[in-house]
Amino acid sequence: MKILLNDRAEEFAADSISVTEMLILKKFSYKMRIIKINGALISKELYDSTAINEGDIVHMLYLMSGG
Amino acid sequence: MKLSDIRTHLSKFRVGIAGAGGLGSNCAVALARSGVGTLVICDFDIVEEENLTRQYFFTSQIGMMKTEALRENISRINPETILITHQRKIGSADVPEIFGGCHVIVEAFDSAEMKEMLIYSVFNTMPGVPLIVGSGLSGWGNSSGIKYRRIDDSLYICGDESTEAVENNPPLAPRVGIVANMQANVVLELLMKMS
Repeated sequence: MKILLNDRAEEFAADSISVTEMLILKKFSYKMRIIKINGALISKELYDSTAINEGDIVHMLYLMSGG
Repeated sequence: MKLSDIRTHLSKFRVGIAGAGGLGSNCAVALARSGVGTLVICDFDIVEEENLTRQYFFTSQIGMMKTEALRENISRINPETILITHQRKIGSADVPEIFGGCHVIVEAFDSAEMKEMLIYSVFNTMPGVPLIVGSGLSGWGNSSGIKYRRIDDSLYICGDESTEAVENNPPLAPRVGIVANMQANVVLELLMKMS
């Protein structure tokens, strides 16, 4: 499937993957992050059960301390 | 558009600023100078000597509440800016009460956990209100690494999204100021499109 991740086209072998699987496949290990799928903010507790599907628009941002 | 027209337009709006440290104090000053009508500023901390490396305060203000010190400083820059201050640590449930009525909210907290809390809270309780998050501003140099990203109409990020404020890579005035002013610049861009 193809998705847009942070405005870039990404392709995954599976037809659908969970948020957790996407993070592992992309080696995104830093924990303080925000993920939005098609405009919806995804709670951390739902990373395992939330599916990313063909055509989804996914945004991820890292929250760094300091302000 | 002429400066006087810009200032007249901006005077109609209310901007929330969550935190009055390096990001919040500098962003508030930029918005007040530009002519934003009302600033709602929330912070629970007092001014400490160490803050003067990057925050918009003065030595004579050490020991004052940051919200009150900022009120004093902004009144000397633009007395027409109305400041509404809250001296407390914000919890998730307080967000709509404190920032209700704000046209845009600036995230200016120090800790990543508080940034996260505010993003979830604004998304869940004040849907549609644009939130401008600061993330990644420590150290020096790498000016081009400081970016602005629009996620969607309600979430914008300013910062390098990679440096963390730690003891051996502290936040310093130039990069903190760049991010704070970048956040203020996004606020102006959004307000100038609003009617």
